[in-house]
Amino acid sequence: MKLMPCPLNGLRNISEFICGGEIKSMPDPITGNNLEWAEYLFIENNTKGVVREWWMHVPTSYWFIAERDTETEEIIKTYPASELFKQRVEFAQNNS
Amino acid sequence: MAGNIDMRLSKPNGLYLDRSQLLSFQFNGKTYQGFQGDTIASALAANGVKLLSRSFKYHRPRGIFTMAGRDTNSLVQVEDEPNVRADIYPIHNELKVQAQNIIGSLENDWGRFIELVSQFLPVGFYYKAFYKPKGAWKYWDRIIRKIAGIGKVDVNAKSYNSDKAYRFCDVVVIGGGPAGLSAALEAAEQGAEVILVDENPLLGGSLNYAKFNVEANKIISTRQELLDAITKHPSIYIYTNAICTGWFADNWLTIMCEKRMLKLRAQVVIAATGSIEQPVVFRNNDLPGVMLGSAAQRLIHFYGVAPGKHAVVLTGNDDGYGVTLDLMDAGIDVQTVVDMRTTPSISKLANAIRDKNIQILLGHTVYEAVPGPGKRSITHALIHKIAKEGAVVNNNQKIACDLICMSAGYAPAAQLICHSGGQLKYDETDAILKIKQLPQKVLSFAAGSLNSVFEINAVLADGKKAGWIAAKNLGYSKSQIPSTPSHIGAKGQNYPWPIFPHPKGKDFIDLDEDLQVKDIVNTVKDGYDDLELEKRYSTVVMGPSQGKQSALNNMRVVTKETKRCMNGITITTQRPPYSPEYIQHLAGKSFQPVKLTTMHHRHIELHAQMMSAGLWLRPAYYGDPQNKQKCIENESLAVRNNVGLIDVSTLGKLEIRGPDAAEFLNRMYTFAYAKQAMHRSRYVLMTDTTGAIIDDGVACRMDEHHFYVTATTTGVEGVYQNMLRWNAEWNLDVDITNVTAAYAAVNLAGPKSRVVLNCLTNDIELSAQQFSYMEVRTGHIANIPARLLRVGFVGELGYEIHVPASQGEALWDALMKIGEKFNIQPFGVEALRLLRLEKGHIIVGQDTDGLTIPQEANMEWAIARKKVFFMGKRAIDAINARALRRQLVGFTMPIDFPLPEECNLVIENNEITGRITSVSRSPTLNKIIGLAFVLPEFSKIGKRINIKLSNAEIKQATVSPLPFYDPKNNRQLI
Repeated sequence: MKLMPCPLNGLRNISEFICGGEIKSMPDPITGNNLEWAEYLFIENNTKGVVREWWMHVPTSYWFIAERDTETEEIIKTYPASELFKQRVEFAQNNS
Repeated sequence: MAGNIDMRLSKPNGLYLDRSQLLSFQFNGKTYQGFQGDTIASALAANGVKLLSRSFKYHRPRGIFTMAGRDTNSLVQVEDEPNVRADIYPIHNELKVQAQNIIGSLENDWGRFIELVSQFLPVGFYYKAFYKPKGAWKYWDRIIRKIAGIGKVDVNAKSYNSDKAYRFCDVVVIGGGPAGLSAALEAAEQGAEVILVDENPLLGGSLNYAKFNVEANKIISTRQELLDAITKHPSIYIYTNAICTGWFADNWLTIMCEKRMLKLRAQVVIAATGSIEQPVVFRNNDLPGVMLGSAAQRLIHFYGVAPGKHAVVLTGNDDGYGVTLDLMDAGIDVQTVVDMRTTPSISKLANAIRDKNIQILLGHTVYEAVPGPGKRSITHALIHKIAKEGAVVNNNQKIACDLICMSAGYAPAAQLICHSGGQLKYDETDAILKIKQLPQKVLSFAAGSLNSVFEINAVLADGKKAGWIAAKNLGYSKSQIPSTPSHIGAKGQNYPWPIFPHPKGKDFIDLDEDLQVKDIVNTVKDGYDDLELEKRYSTVVMGPSQGKQSALNNMRVVTKETKRCMNGITITTQRPPYSPEYIQHLAGKSFQPVKLTTMHHRHIELHAQMMSAGLWLRPAYYGDPQNKQKCIENESLAVRNNVGLIDVSTLGKLEIRGPDAAEFLNRMYTFAYAKQAMHRSRYVLMTDTTGAIIDDGVACRMDEHHFYVTATTTGVEGVYQNMLRWNAEWNLDVDITNVTAAYAAVNLAGPKSRVVLNCLTNDIELSAQQFSYMEVRTGHIANIPARLLRVGFVGELGYEIHVPASQGEALWDALMKIGEKFNIQPFGVEALRLLRLEKGHIIVGQDTDGLTIPQEANMEWAIARKKVFFMGKRAIDAINARALRRQLVGFTMPIDFPLPEECNLVIENNEITGRITSVSRSPTLNKIIGLAFVLPEFSKIGKRINIKLSNAEIKQATVSPLPFYDPKNNRQLI
């Protein structure tokens, strides 16, 4: 079984993790058209090579980013999500 | 007592035997005796029984071949277990063994006549013959399987307990031979924690049976010193009778240790798995009496059994002379040593043979073994001079013998290394497969004959060096790296072309699948010239032994036939397991955690029938399973008419705190929370990004910046993970905590619930004016700090009471005690489901599936249309632009109708148009009530729908308004 380096918990068995899918940016909720949204929701790139994905250590519910090579199965690096997502994400006011 | 031939040798032969314990066992109905420590094959051999099995295809007689569990010849049926390897399976008293794959008896198997037509059974015969006309295979399949079957599966086979263990170590050494022993010792001496694994009952490997080119006493003392040091060493943990079957990513190894499966994580792996002796290919090289030299040595040294009486030793290296010496020491008459090499051996072993005046034929080979009656034994060896590679001159010598021992060289037991990404290549100079590359992404080393090191002192030094480097990689080793001698003995170990095709065939490359040289040649002629293709077409190396004795010779023949350069060629891909595994051991005992609520013991005392809800156990109902329906009815009526109490501790509970708490809920749930009043609760509905309903609950606003949110029992984990995942992207100023296990909770429901509760609190005003429906209060119940939620899931006046988990049982006790005079009734999940169905409330996951959008479940009221964003909003908007595909509706049927089941179909004009999601008999309403998905055109109140029951009967139901019970909600609002 592979080991995965969790930024919070160190090296753990990969069975302790789940993959949350490739990192994609969400289309704008108002201006994004159906095609863009369908692409975002249902189309996976299934890249051969290096991908950047959401992963979670299940026992601690800790989400982080992993970069791995789908061809060599090598986990290249893992790091906290805050390194990628630094800004507060705003949608137009949800003031209901 | 059968078998009057005694082949047993005296001590010190028989390392594994306890001769004080005589055991009786049966083979094909006859009783034989053996000693404690014998295997089935060794005990039979001691009784002169040579015939163990019949071959897969031609039903040829077969006997001992490797004596190491590496061949198909030894497969037998042991009681209810098929395909047992007789050469490694220990006997015990009353053991019953049967030959398998026979028609009639083992001695006179009718299947042997297939061999008479073998010339009409070319390689690929099945592919070519039985697929035309179309559908013909269905007929032939049954017949062929019957003839080519191996063991019998007993569907009534006894089960036994097996389990798993998880181990960790610095260094694992696979193989307890000379290289492995010295590697383990050195790594431990340098400070590493070592696990040593060996498949045999005793450590020592080849030291226990092989003759090295040194004095015999030297080997015995070397072995003793190593074993003493290793068994005494506190940092070495030894597993014997344990076989490593797979080497997976990041040094994760599976080790089958009798009835236990070890899963081992090692920092460093040292493979010292040794090598596998290879046969010579000549006519009838498969019959009983023809075996590997090492098999004869194992028989003699491990089990004290003479492998035959008159022997011919066929060799291509010096080890054959060691075999000859062992045979002579055991009192076996060695007729001739046939050495395929042309130059005389200069080894001490060969000199010793020459001193004994035994005929040595150089540049000769056994070209054919002459079979005895029924081919159940051999009588002579036909010996020819070798003319050139793979060819002989015509004249022969015929030498009487009942045993031919073969020593032609070795193939590395590199399967494990290959599992983990290592590679082999053929070195034409030494005619040997060598490790080209070790597994790359992990710390791993190879030592000993696996590493092409054969000379015993070099083997010991190679092991020591591997152990030192392994420890060094972990930061242990301090001293100088151990040196290794330059002479490693790889040259001359393998005879380059031990393959002598015979015009009449039966010159087997692969004994598992009865493949002769011509089959391999014809496979290449048929166009399958790549090893991986050739393997699949001919089935070579695909039998139970997975090519352990055939891969090397097969590779040689294919390479020659395709006129490729032998140098650098590799064998076919190796995959786990290295050796057969029991599925039961892989399955083992499953680890299934169970969560119990703090009130669990009280439920048991009240005779609750428990059911699983996710990992939790919850009361389904209270009372005797024989009166299940009555119990559920009574519980539901108590809630409707009086007061009931249910443990809802399993409910998911989340604390959402921070300035962005309301905004966060707005994004995660469909409803609107920014303007939600303090101390009130509001329904929450979560959809995923595609708009499908995934959870529901309520959000209680405890404070401006604090929500207490409930989720479903089985959904909370996913909800919590989902929340964390999205806020990792959004960076809202909010803290999300899963407090499910921190709170115990009950729902006190029924017209009298307020009266009951009033007896237990003096700081919460319970009147309808002060504490109305959907409001939330904090205070004390029975002096326990509590959060109270006025809820209506069951449709009566009711309070959810949440208290710290440690006080759950005290809360239950206080309510049950005070409730006594009100006839309080504990109720379970079954009654809860009935009560909520009467109210038309859905259960997410039961009344919804992975595609249900809110509209389909009549939940549009729970969507805040004005919000710019919530999870799933965009998809819901897109779906709403189209016509609805289905609708969840309530339906009723007369009470005396047979009760439909969940998932019974709704049928219209013989087409499936929907299905039932929930259904029950309602004692309160005196009707059958249920929820079903139907086509939108059938969703109108009063429509008739046809339900197909499990017995295929069609019954009519009427679409009815929801809720079925108390449509104005008068009862829950009081």
